[in-house]
Parts: sequence; structure tokens; C-alpha cells
Amino acid sequence: MILHEFISYEALRLIWWGLMGFLLIGFAMTDGFDMGVGALLPFAARTDVERRIAINTIGPVWEGNQVWLILGGGAIFAAWPPLYAVSFSGFYLAMFLILAALILRPVGFKYRNKKEDPKWRTRWDWALFIGGAVPALTFGIAVGNALQGVPFQLTEMMVPLYPGNALMKLLALLNPFALLVGMVSLTMLITHGAAWLSFKAEGMVAVRARRIGVVAGGIAILGFLAAGLWLAVGIPAYHYIGAVDPAGPSNPHLTAMTRGGSWLAAYQIRPWIAVAPVLGVIGIALAAFGLSRGAGGWSLLASKLGIFGVISTVGLTMFPFILPSSLDPKSSLTVWNASSSHQTLFIMLGATLFFMPIILAYTAWVYRVLWGKVGADELTKNPNAY
Amino acid sequence: MDIDVVDLSRLQFAVTAMYHFIFVPLTLGLSLLVAIMETVYVMTRRPIWRQMTKFWGTLFGINFVLGVATGITMEFQFGMNWSYYSVYVGDVFGAPLALEGLMAFFLEATFVGLWFFGWDRLSARAHCIVAWCVAIGSNFSALWILIANGWMQNPVGAVFNPDTMRMEIESFFEVIFNPVAQAKFVHTVSAGYVAASIFVIGVSSWFLIKGRHTELARRSITVACSFGLASVMAVIVLGDESGYETTHAQRMKLAAMEGMWETQAAPASFTLFGLPDQEARETRYAVHVPYVMGLIGTRSLTEEIAGIEDLVKESEERVRSGIIAWDALQTIRTERADTPPEVREIFEANGGNLGYGMLLMRYVEDPRDATEAQIAQAAADTIPTVWPLFWSFRIMVGAGFLMLGFLAYMFWRTNFRQGRYPTWVLRGAVLMVPVPWIAIEAGWFVAEFGRQPWTVDGLLPTFLSASRLSVADLLITLAGFVALYTVLLVIEVRLMLAAIRKGPVQDAVETDAWNKAHQARLSGVLATDIKPAE
Repeated sequence: MILHEFISYEALRLIWWGLMGFLLIGFAMTDGFDMGVGALLPFAARTDVERRIAINTIGPVWEGNQVWLILGGGAIFAAWPPLYAVSFSGFYLAMFLILAALILRPVGFKYRNKKEDPKWRTRWDWALFIGGAVPALTFGIAVGNALQGVPFQLTEMMVPLYPGNALMKLLALLNPFALLVGMVSLTMLITHGAAWLSFKAEGMVAVRARRIGVVAGGIAILGFLAAGLWLAVGIPAYHYIGAVDPAGPSNPHLTAMTRGGSWLAAYQIRPWIAVAPVLGVIGIALAAFGLSRGAGGWSLLASKLGIFGVISTVGLTMFPFILPSSLDPKSSLTVWNASSSHQTLFIMLGATLFFMPIILAYTAWVYRVLWGKVGADELTKNPNAY
Repeated sequence: MDIDVVDLSRLQFAVTAMYHFIFVPLTLGLSLLVAIMETVYVMTRRPIWRQMTKFWGTLFGINFVLGVATGITMEFQFGMNWSYYSVYVGDVFGAPLALEGLMAFFLEATFVGLWFFGWDRLSARAHCIVAWCVAIGSNFSALWILIANGWMQNPVGAVFNPDTMRMEIESFFEVIFNPVAQAKFVHTVSAGYVAASIFVIGVSSWFLIKGRHTELARRSITVACSFGLASVMAVIVLGDESGYETTHAQRMKLAAMEGMWETQAAPASFTLFGLPDQEARETRYAVHVPYVMGLIGTRSLTEEIAGIEDLVKESEERVRSGIIAWDALQTIRTERADTPPEVREIFEANGGNLGYGMLLMRYVEDPRDATEAQIAQAAADTIPTVWPLFWSFRIMVGAGFLMLGFLAYMFWRTNFRQGRYPTWVLRGAVLMVPVPWIAIEAGWFVAEFGRQPWTVDGLLPTFLSASRLSVADLLITLAGFVALYTVLLVIEVRLMLAAIRKGPVQDAVETDAWNKAHQARLSGVLATDIKPAE
């Protein structure tokens, strides 16, 4: 097959780096509000009816939304195999926490209303809270650690190693900067969830969600700015030594990389990327402002913009690095050394270009069919409601 | 490499994968059965069919959710626990997984919510299409994961790249149209259809014994026994096809399944019963059926099937060739572009056996330092443990034929005996419910355990594939998964039983209206004022 030669290896790597961002942003925009609603559930909804309203706003869509994460995992496996291998095993116990939380979530949705018993229901409410809050926080913590570099090493054979004690490694992930990023991620998705509830839920659920959302949005912006400042003064960056061949083989050992300098140097080289953090702040601020005014749909759009801005900021700041190694900077994974082969990237691009528009079309159709607010009457009308 | 970590990683993967596959077969089959029932409803508009659709749909939903929940673990676990595997073959293996997400998961997951929430928002026809989208999505996901698994059994279309030190794709076409994968796909989904059919028959039989919901139960049996009978025949035919492919792609697995230590003169006999003894390399008390194995395995009377002893000798040759390949690879890596062409040629000639050379890394760091004893040991390592394979294969096949007999009998009673079933048969049908699951889990055990010591047959040894985690890491997650999964399984089974006990929701008004309209149609009266319920 020579078809793939039509697009250069370098270009394909750039495209796939963008597509990885697209999938992660798609995940945060869609499943993000499901997780936000989960985290808000015990606080924004007090009575059983209120909680059922909150749950049923996301009831029909969370499953499809979660596929963004599954596809994200699959696409990173296909397009960035070393990244998939190192990040999933390097963050081993953290990944297990995310998994356990994500396993509780579907079960919580489906099983909560199968019994009238209030104790049974409260238990599943907390399961849903964990299913929303824990992944939202942990994904942020993972990003916070990626920005600082993660202690892994690739042997000559490309075997990933992560020396050290299991629990100590987990504790090391919970450093102050990572926790700050985790908090930004959690509050950002709570704001997003609040905007969704404001858009979809009736009654007190929406009112309380708006109140919490305004505060969460404020914290997210402050945290985001603080993390930026911290990054500027306290977190050393990673960079290549000398020239790098963007079409070279996917093997970190063939190039030289080191730690030093500032991540913010990226903004001197490519000043236009400052658009991303600005959009992040504006988006979340607009969402919080909209929530304070009782808006639903507009707040949701604004918070999507905010999510786009914040996640893009991380990617663009670190470019071309994806997962630097603090233990052995020469093992760091970048856009130029961690991708699949030229041909795999090409085939997967073709498949994505073919299927993604179809997916977006039918997803949009499903949301349109389900359009409208969810209130108490909806729960009695539909015997399948959660 | 810490062997405890490898064993624990294997155990965790086996536990989570086998647990996941408790739910998958029912999702595969029930999604189709529900879509078929809903289609009959849309065509006839008889309320009973909608009732059936909704009742089996409820059970489908309780089961589906655990399939989804435990599926996330599977998607993540390659990276978490099999990181070197992911690096080494991700270029090939990752693509079908991503395609599974693009083509299948989005389809089933986006529409499954709408199916449950959309009854009042969609026309009957549109709702039925949604049911088919869920069923097609579920079945497509099986296609892609079996293409991925088929490649692990028969790694075609890929080549080793010394620059990146991993396998890379050479022909995506070959990966997709891998004959092993195609046979496995139909075998596996059909097994899911059989499981769902027997589940539906079992639950319906319980209703008949109790004298409840008999109309719904009878119709459900009618649909399920026809669908199940066709499916179980597909399972057996494609199982035979899988066996035939295995004869060529994985000869060691076949020999181990058969407990066949020595090569027999063609056509080989089939061992009906026996006690394989790994130490003595023989199968005691073997009861042979002449010719059968040769006929199944090679479909000829003259072709030989190699026994384990001969295959080990072959493995030893391949280990030696693997050492040569490893040696050439080291030169290529240091010299890179300046590598002498003759070294490249040596690598070309022996590169296919690199994985066999890597088997030695269990005993020495550099395969070139291996002693004769270690080479012999590595060759012996290519024999999987025989007795579990031998027995789980026989359990699977026995269960398969039991189900064939059962479904054929139910089909006959349904179609030629006016659907009258003796009570003892109905009781037996309830007891049959676990049988397809036993066969399916045994089948997966044969497929995966029989591939040992490899994760990718002949390419990558299992002990190298695992993540270099600590025993503590593994113990924490293994305990966590077992605890979480056990609790969820208990809850799931109880909810399932409660939903079955509660039974279908009957809409008396709707049924009456339809019956009146039907009577009117039968008596030739134009019943314009009595509309069948939408």
C-alpha cells in the first residue's frame, strides 16, 4: 500500500495529535456534564424526586457520552501506542480508581430505581457521586503530573519501567500542583454539569445547580490562573536538544531531550496559542455569569468553549511533548517519537474521517429527539425512567 | 522479570475478561431477539409482541449495563497491565480496538438510551430501527474485538521494525480478513445467540410451569427455539472451521487440546477420554475414535497432524534461529544505516523466529548467552499445560451437542406438537440456562490458555508482555476487582430474578382494543372506528 504516502508522516502525526485533543475535548464536553451532574447530585438535588430529575436529564445520553472516553483510549492505543502503554500502566493505581468509579456509574444509573427502599437509593446516589467526582478529579491530577513529568523509563527494548513502591508512587501523584490542576478539572466539570442541569432540569434542582455552578466557575478560573502562574515560576519544562526529525522513527532513544527552561517559552515561539487560555477563562466566566442570570443553553455553550480553551491550553503549552519523563528525560514521549507507523496513522485517519461525521449526525439526532426539560411529570409518564 | 507479577497479571486479566463475558453473550443475542420481536410488533401491531419486546428489553437492560461497565476495564487493561504488549503490537492491535469504538460502541451506546427513553417520543417504526441499531452495534463490536483477538492467534499482515523495536502493520487487509478471525467471529456471536435463546426458553419455561403469562411465554419460546437452533448449528459448523484453521495456524494448541503427544499416521484418531500427564508426556487411559481427528483437523485421509513431541523439536530449531535473529538485530541497532547487507539478510531470514529467541529471556538477559539446557527449556515452554485444555475443550463440545439436542427437541415440539411440552422438559429447560455460559467460558479458556506461552502466537511471550508493576500493585487491584465484581454480580442476579418474578407489564386496555379490532376484521366488518393501538 503506497496510498499513505500522500500525506507526510509529519503531517499525520500533527493531525493525530489534534485528533487526540478533539477526542479528549469531546469527552470532557459530553461526558463532562454527566460527571458534573454526578458530583452535584447529593447537593443540588435533595429529595428523591429531585434526584431522579437530575439523573434522568442524563439518563438517556450518558452511555453514548462515555464512548468518547472508550474511543479516546482506543484511539490513543492505535495512534500513540507507547503513550497508551506508559500512561495507563504508569498511573496504575490512579487508573484503577478511575475504573472503579466508572464501573459504579452505569450500575448506579440503571439499578437505583429498581427498589423503593430509600437506603438503597441513597447508596446509589453516593455511588453516582463517586462515579462523577473521582474521575473528574483524577483526570486533572494526571494532567498536573504530566506537566511536571512522570517517573518512568523506557529500556532499549522499549519496555516501560516505573521503579518504586506502589503506594508511594500513588501518593507522589498527589502533589500540590497536581491537586491544584485536579481541582480546576473538577470545578470546571461541576460548572459544566450545573449548566446542563440549568438547561435540562426543572424546579429547585436547576436553581441550586446554578448557585453551585457560579461558585465552581469562579474557583475554576482562579485555579486555572494560579496553575498558569505556578507553571511560569515553579515547574521546569522539557525540550529537545538540537534538531529533531518530525518524520523520524517512533523511538525516543534516537533523539536527545532534557529538562529545563519554562513551559511558557512556548508562548514566545508561538504567541497565537495565547488564544487558548484566553478562551478558557472567557468561556468559564461567561458560563458562570450566565448561570447567575438563570440562563441554561447559553451557559452550556459557554462552558463548552471554556473546556475547549482549558484543554487546548495544556496541549499547546506542552507541544511537542505529550508525556515527559522526570526520571529519564531521554525517554519522554512526544508527537515526533511516540506515534504509530505512517500506514496505521493513515488508515485510522481515513476511518475517523468516514465514521466521525456519521457519529456526530446520529448523536445530534438523538439529542434532538430528547429535547426539552425534564420535570417530575416525566418520571411518572415514562416507566423506563431511572 | 518478576514471574509472580506475570502470573497475577494473567489471573487478573482472566478474571476480568471471563467476568465481562458473562454479560456479553446475552447482550449479543438478546439485542437481536428483542429487535426481532419488535419488528414482528411493527408488522402485526399485536400488543402481545410489544409486551414481549418490553419485557425482554428490561432484562436486556439490566444485563447490558454490566457489560458496559466491565467493558471499560477491558479497554484500559491492555495499557495498565500489558504495557510492553501495547508498545510491541499496538501499531497493529490498537487499530481494531479504535475501530470498535468508532463503528460499534457509539452506535449501540447512543441508541440504547434512546431505546429505553424513546417509547413515547418516536413512532413505532423509528423505535424499531433504534432497536436494530443497538443490535447491529453490539454485533459489530464483537467483530472488531475478534479481529483483534484473531490476530493474537494468527498474526498476519505485520512485520518487525528494528528502528522502533516493535511490530508494525504491513497489510491491514490481511489483518481484517484473517481467516482465524472470521471463523472466530461467527462462532462467538452465534454462541451469544444460543445463550440468549436458551435464556429466553428457560425463563419462559418457568412461566409455563407456574402457569403465568403463558401466551407471552409460548411466543417467546417459538422465536427463541428457531433462532437458537439455527445459531447452534452455526456455532458447531464454525467451531469446526476454527478447529480446521487451528490445525494450520496453531498446531501446538491443537495438539495440546487433543492430548496428542506423538504424531500419528494419518488420519489421526480422536481421543474421546483420557488423563493427560504433562510430566510423562503421555495421555493415560485414552479412549480413541479412529479417523475422526484427521478428518476434522485436516479434512483429508492423508495429511498428518503433528504431535507435541515433534512440535517441541521444531520449536527448538526456531529458538536457535531466534538467537541468530537477535544477534543480527543488535548489529542493526548499533550500525543502523551502515549495517552490512549480509546482516540484514540474516535478519530477514531469521526475523520470523525472533519471538522464539525472546522466550530465552525468562532465563538469560541476552538470548545469545543461553546454554543448551536453557534452549531445550525454552522449547519445552512452548507446550501449554495440557490437561485443562483437554478437558475444557471436551466440556465445550459436550455442552454444544447437548444444546443442539435440546434446541432441536424444543423446535420439534413447538412446530409439530402444537407447542405442548412435558413438565419435566420445562424443568429441564430452566436447568439448561447455565449450560451455554459454561460452554462459552470453556471455549474462551481453550482459545486463550491454549495460546500460552504467547500473547501473540509465536511473536511475543506472555512473560515479557506484562507491565513491570509490583506484586503490591497487582494485589490491590485484583482484590478491588474481585470485591467490586462480586458485589455487582450478586446485585445483578437478584435484580434479574426480581424482574422475572414481576413478569411482563400487561396493558389490558390496549389488548382489549386490539382483540376487538381483530375480531371485527375476522368477521369481515369494516372496523374504521376501532383503531389498533399504536
